[in-house]
Amino acid sequence: MTMLGNFDFDVIRRALPYLFFEGMRFTLTLTALAAFGGLVFGTLIALMRLSSYKWLGRIAGFYVDFIRSLPLVLVIFWFYFLVPYIGQWLTGASRPITVGAFASSLITFIAFEAAYFSEIMRAGIQSISKGQPAAASALGLTYAQSMRYVVLPQAFRNMLPVLLTQTIVLFQDTSLVYVLSIPDFLGAASKVAQRDGRLVEMYLFAALVYFVISCVASFGVRRLQSRIAIVR
Amino acid sequence: MIEINHVNKWYGPTFQVLKDCTTSVAKGEVVVVCGPSGSGKSTLIKCVNALEPIQGGDITLDGVKVNDPKTDLPKLRSRVGMVFQHFELFPHLRIIDNLRLAQEKVLGRKSDDATAKGMKLLERVGLKDHAKKFPAELSGGQQQRVAIARALAMDPIAMLFDEPTSALDPEMISEVLDVMVDLAREGMTMMVVTHEMGFANKVADRVIFMDRGEIVEDAKKADFFGTPRSDRAQKFLSKILQH
Repeated sequence: MTMLGNFDFDVIRRALPYLFFEGMRFTLTLTALAAFGGLVFGTLIALMRLSSYKWLGRIAGFYVDFIRSLPLVLVIFWFYFLVPYIGQWLTGASRPITVGAFASSLITFIAFEAAYFSEIMRAGIQSISKGQPAAASALGLTYAQSMRYVVLPQAFRNMLPVLLTQTIVLFQDTSLVYVLSIPDFLGAASKVAQRDGRLVEMYLFAALVYFVISCVASFGVRRLQSRIAIVR
Repeated sequence: MIEINHVNKWYGPTFQVLKDCTTSVAKGEVVVVCGPSGSGKSTLIKCVNALEPIQGGDITLDGVKVNDPKTDLPKLRSRVGMVFQHFELFPHLRIIDNLRLAQEKVLGRKSDDATAKGMKLLERVGLKDHAKKFPAELSGGQQQRVAIARALAMDPIAMLFDEPTSALDPEMISEVLDVMVDLAREGMTMMVVTHEMGFANKVADRVIFMDRGEIVEDAKKADFFGTPRSDRAQKFLSKILQH
C-alpha cells in the first residue's frame, strides 16, 4: 500500500527521452547489428560444418561448442578488459589499444549469435531436399551459385521464424552489457533509478518495456509463421 | 555423344551399385533404360553428368571425359539437360525465374533474352499463362513440363530423364510424355530412365535393361520387345506389360 502510494510516475515521464533516445536506441542498434553479423557469420559457420572438407567442419563444430559452453556475461566482461591487451600484444604497441565499449560488446554478441544462428541455418540447409542442389548443379550452377540462389534463400525462408525468435532473445540478452556500465535501455533506467532513488519505479518500468516489446515481436513472428506455412 | 565404358560404382566399401556397365548413346538417338527398382538405372544416368561419382571405368560426353578431375563440371553439366523424378523446380522462384536463373548466371544471357527464351519454351510446353506463378501452384504434370522447359532453355546437346513420370498421377503422365515424344522426333539425343514401355515403343531406338547393377540387355527396340534374350528381361517385361 505504502509502496504504491509512494509510486512516482513523474520520474518515469521525465526520464522518457533519455531512456528511449539514448538507451533504447543503443539497445536496438546493438540488437540489429549483432543479429545481422551473427546471421552472416553463422551462415558461413553452417556451411563450414556441412562442408565435405572434414577439418573445416571440425573447426566450426569446436567453435560452436566452445562458445555455447561459456556464460555470455563473462565473455562480455573479459572481452572488454582483455582485448586492449591482446591488441597491444599483437600490434606491439607500447600501451593497451583502446576499444570502445560499443565495439567490444558488438563483437562479443556477433561471436555468440554466430554460434546460435549457425545451428539454425544448419538445420535450415539440411531441411532442403538433396534434389534441389542436384537440380542446380545439373543446370551448371557452381556450388557457390547453388548455395546463393537456390539453397540459402529457401533455408533462410524456412528458418525465418526461428531466426526472429532468436533475435528476440538477443534483444533481451543485450541488457547484459550493464557489466560494462554502458547506457543501454536497462543501463539508462538503472542510472536514473540510482540518481533519483527510484529503484522500484524504474526497474518495473524497464521490465514492462522489455516485456511489451518482446511480446509484440513474438506475436508478429507467430503471424509470419502461419503466413509462411500457407505459402508452402 | 555419350560413351559409358566399364563403369563401376560402389556405395560404401561393399555394396556395388554398378557392375562393369558399358553402353553408348549416339547423336540423335533415343535410348530407354529400364529395369526393376534398385537395379542401378537411376544411378547410371546420374553418373553421366557426374551428379554421382564413379570409382572405375570412363564416361565421355561429347568428347569430354566426365570423370577427369580436370574437367570443368559446371560447364559440362550446363550443356546437358536433366529432368528429375520429383521435378525439383525451385519453389521460391516464379516459373519464369526458374527458367531464367541458369541462363543468366551460367550462360551469362541478358535478362530480356533469358525471359524471351523462357517464354518461348513455356509456350512450347503449353504453360505460357503460368509464367508468373510459383511452382506449388501447378500440378505435378505441369511442374514436370516446366522442368523440361527449364532444361531446354540451356540449349542442351543431350537430355537425361530420370524417371520423369514416376511421381505423377496417372492422368498427368501423357501430357509429359507428349512433350518428350515431340522432343525425340525433333532429333534430340535422349537417355531416358522409365517404365513407360509405350513411350519406348513409340520413339526409342534402343532399350537397355538393367538388373542388380548390370546391363543385362542392350538391344534395338524391335529386338527387345520381340524376344528379349535374357530370362530376367523377359520376366520383367511380362510383369510390367500384363496390365
